[in-house]
Amino acid sequence: MSNGTAKLFLKDVWNDNPVFRQVLGICSALAVTNLLSNTLFMCAGVTAVTALSSLTVSLLRNVTPKRIRMIVQVLIIASYVMMVDIVIRAMAPDIHRFIGPYVGLIITNCIIMGRAEGFASQNRPLPSLVDGFASGIGYSMILITIALVREPMGFGTILGVPLPAREQWWHQWTIMVMPPGAFFTLALVTWFARNRLEKTMKAGGK
Amino acid sequence: MEQFTSSIVLSILLIFASAAFTDNILLARFLGMCSVIGVSNRVNTSLGLGAAVIFVTVVTTAMNYAVYYYMLVPLGLEYLRLITFIVMIAAVTQLIEMIIERLSEGLYYSLGIFLPLITVNCAILGLSLFMLNKPYGFIQTLAFGGGGGFGWFLAIVLISGIREKIDEKRLPPGLAGPGITLIIIGIMALAFVGFSGMIKI
Repeated sequence: MSNGTAKLFLKDVWNDNPVFRQVLGICSALAVTNLLSNTLFMCAGVTAVTALSSLTVSLLRNVTPKRIRMIVQVLIIASYVMMVDIVIRAMAPDIHRFIGPYVGLIITNCIIMGRAEGFASQNRPLPSLVDGFASGIGYSMILITIALVREPMGFGTILGVPLPAREQWWHQWTIMVMPPGAFFTLALVTWFARNRLEKTMKAGGK
Repeated sequence: MEQFTSSIVLSILLIFASAAFTDNILLARFLGMCSVIGVSNRVNTSLGLGAAVIFVTVVTTAMNYAVYYYMLVPLGLEYLRLITFIVMIAAVTQLIEMIIERLSEGLYYSLGIFLPLITVNCAILGLSLFMLNKPYGFIQTLAFGGGGGFGWFLAIVLISGIREKIDEKRLPPGLAGPGITLIIIGIMALAFVGFSGMIKI
C-alpha cells in the first residue's frame, strides 16, 4: 500500500506534472512568480485547495448525482478557495493586495477541477487526498523554479534579501518581472522538463 | 451638457482601449491561457471561441457588477463574491447556450460548442474580479468587459495565425506544442508592453 502511494505521488509530481506535462493551471503560474514570497503563498493555497477538495469530492462521490456533479465540485472548490482567501488576507495583507484576484482564480484553475473529476470522483478518500496533494506539490515545484529565475534577475533579491554584493555586478533586467519574462521562463522550463522526460521514457522503454 | 456627454464617451473609449491593449487580459494579466494553448492551433476555432468570449464577458461583468453592488454590498456579504460570481457565470453561459439554440441553429453549431469551455475560462472570472478593484460606474463596466473580451479575442486569433504556420516547421521535440506557443506569446507580450504608457488611467 505504502509503495503504491509513493508511486502515485511520484507520478503526479513528475511524470504527469500538471504544469509542463498537462499544461494546466499556468495562468497563475505566470502571474504570481515575479516575487518568491507571492509564489510561496500561492503554492500553499493551491496545494491546500487541491488536497482538501479532492478529499471532499471523493468522500461525497457516492451520494453525488451524476448529472450535477460538476456544479457540486465547483461549489466544493469555491468554498475552500474562500477559506484560503480569508486566511491569506489575515496572515499577509500586503501580499494579498497583489495576489488577491489570482487567489480567487484558483477556482477556475484547471488542475483542481481536473484532479477532482479525473481521479477523486472514482477513487477512495485516502488515495484522492494523496493525489490532490501531489499535484499541488508538482505545481509548486515549477512555480518556485520560475520565481527563483525571475526574482533575482528582475529585482536582484531572493525573498526580498539582496544578492551578495549586487551593486558591483548586477544589472536590473526589467523584462524578467514584466509579462514577457514570465512567458519566456515558463517556455524554457517546459522545454527542459519535457526533454528530460522524453529521454527517461525512451531509456525506460529499452 | 454636451461637454459632459463627450467626456463620458471619451472615458468609455479610453477604458475600452486600455482593457484591450495596454492591460490585455491574456498578455499582461496571464488569464485564459489554458484555452489558448489548447484551442489556438486553428484560426477558425479561435474566431468562434473569441467571439463567444467577448459576448460572455460583457454580459457577466454587467450582471456581476449589479449583483455585487446592489445585493452583496448592502447585505454585507462581500466574502461570498467568489461563489456568487462563479455560479452567475455558469448560469449565464448555460442560459446563453439555450437562447442561441432556440434562435439560430447555425450560430449554435459555430458558437455553442465553446460555451461549456467558457465557464472554466479564467479570463471571464478574472475580469469580474479585476472590475472590483476599479472605481467604474455601470456603463464604464460594460466598456471594461467588452474591452477585456476584445483583447482576448485579438490575442488568441493572432496566436493561432502564427501557430498555423509554425506547426508545419520542424522543431526540437521538447519544444513542440506548449513550449513554442509560450515563446510566441512572450514575443507578442513584448509588443503589447510597447502599448503601455500610451494610456494612463
